[in-house]
Amino acid sequence: MAKLANLILKPAEEAKLKKQFEETLKTVDVINELDTSNIDPTSQVTGLINVTRDDKIDKSRIIKIGDYFKVPAIFNAQ
Amino acid sequence: MEIISKYQLFLMLNKLTLIEALAGLRAKKFTSAELVQSCLDQIKKHNKKLNAFLAINENALDEAKQITANDQRPLAGIPIAVKDNFLTVGLPTTASSKVLEGYMPQYESTVTRRLKDAGAIIIGKTNMDAWAHGSSTETSDFGATLNPWNSSHLPGGSSGGSAAAVAADMCIAAIGSETAGSIRQPAAWCGITGFKPTYGRVSRYGVIAMASSTDSPGPLTKTVGDSALITQIIAGHDPYDATSSPKSVPDFVSNLKSKISNLKIGFAKEYLVKEIRPEVKQVILDAAKKFADLGAKVDEVKLLHPKYSIGVYTIVQRSEVSSNLARYDGIRYGHDRSYFGDEAKRRIMLGTYVLSSGYYDRYYNKAQKVRTLIIKDFEQAFKKFDLIIGPVSPSPALPIGASKGSPMFGELEDMLLEPSSIAGLTSISVPCGFVDGLPIGLQITGPQFAEKLVMQAAHSYQQATTWHHEKPTL
Repeated sequence: MAKLANLILKPAEEAKLKKQFEETLKTVDVINELDTSNIDPTSQVTGLINVTRDDKIDKSRIIKIGDYFKVPAIFNAQ
Repeated sequence: MEIISKYQLFLMLNKLTLIEALAGLRAKKFTSAELVQSCLDQIKKHNKKLNAFLAINENALDEAKQITANDQRPLAGIPIAVKDNFLTVGLPTTASSKVLEGYMPQYESTVTRRLKDAGAIIIGKTNMDAWAHGSSTETSDFGATLNPWNSSHLPGGSSGGSAAAVAADMCIAAIGSETAGSIRQPAAWCGITGFKPTYGRVSRYGVIAMASSTDSPGPLTKTVGDSALITQIIAGHDPYDATSSPKSVPDFVSNLKSKISNLKIGFAKEYLVKEIRPEVKQVILDAAKKFADLGAKVDEVKLLHPKYSIGVYTIVQRSEVSSNLARYDGIRYGHDRSYFGDEAKRRIMLGTYVLSSGYYDRYYNKAQKVRTLIIKDFEQAFKKFDLIIGPVSPSPALPIGASKGSPMFGELEDMLLEPSSIAGLTSISVPCGFVDGLPIGLQITGPQFAEKLVMQAAHSYQQATTWHHEKPTL
């Protein structure tokens, strides 16, 4: 699991975490008491669908070099 | 009105509410520089002990000197503290994690940009539970914040620094964020007002994400009136946040005094859980009676037991956390993943587990379905009631060290707040009493986008009580 999460654990941590996970999973398992046979899952509560914006081309940011173009850097080097 | 010398008035500027400070500035009773200096002096006196602030804006006083009394902008000259998970250009932003120690943001969060455009001065960044993973502010990688009411107790979390800063009058108001209780619970434990707008009402652009489907930025203030003013500034559609609601923002500020007689208020009996202390229960029952005295119709409302919300919230939040924190690999910015603290590691791993194939259906998918049940449960309740009230926390502020006991401390502490957060509702915590010298908060919850109604009820309560005027002895 640690590998999947890209985290490095010490052996002592592993043992402690294993016990804590068992405790946590036991607590959350209570949700299986409820009947959800005809219920759709909710992944977000806003009800918004396909929020998009129009493509905008800012020609001032394009610097033509021959047949190619380059754009200015976005981030300032620090 | 009592005549006080200019010197005495000067000493008390940091104790003003936002509305009082604005009035004083416009009436030229004092300058923004004097107001900011008063807060900076308070910070200098008490922050070393309380550890509410992680960073102070060195330019705050200069910014204040630029503000004239004729500045008509709605928050002109007001020093506001901001939780350290809001990206602020020019001020470090760390989410109280060593992974981001010293990180200087490349862009500004929408919330802080709107505050600045309104003339506010960001006085500093406040301490929080690292990555907002907690309800104590004890899991900060930069030390715990102490509760101004009793420094051997926690301020709550994850917006504990902001709550303590307001309670200790180190600023005029503060900004926090709530995933499930992180504004309301520290507000309750610190005896101030904490408001959670509807999910999507305030832009999350530039807020370091915890659980993207419930994160809600909001104000922590000395009064409901102050909350209304700040929410008015920060709320509203943001094209940079695809989950921000296109719904127009009503006027939250005027008509706050609206009478609440004839309001149907549901008292959430299931929220009087076995963990709640009898003294806390009594304080909450007294608060419910106050609403009845004010003419509202208060009755019991039946809701799903909070234990289901604990399950749903733990799974959904930790899953979203594992995804959101995947970006912190130390390659493009910040330190590598070995800098994560214990709590962060715990949550990332559980989230990864419940999202992995084989477990996804049993945990994540099931949690999403129960989430629908919880949403429908509230919809049913709001057919019969306008608002729902109940306790914020089963106990007053717990002692330092309390969070280390359980791998689920945060989720258990916030069980009474998780249902409304999961459903994306709006809710406020207002001070309603004391137990053992520590503040107790009452939650007033409304349906989505009912901020105005929630604040009107909360304002009526504050007009009829004096709990929110109490200040800790520092």
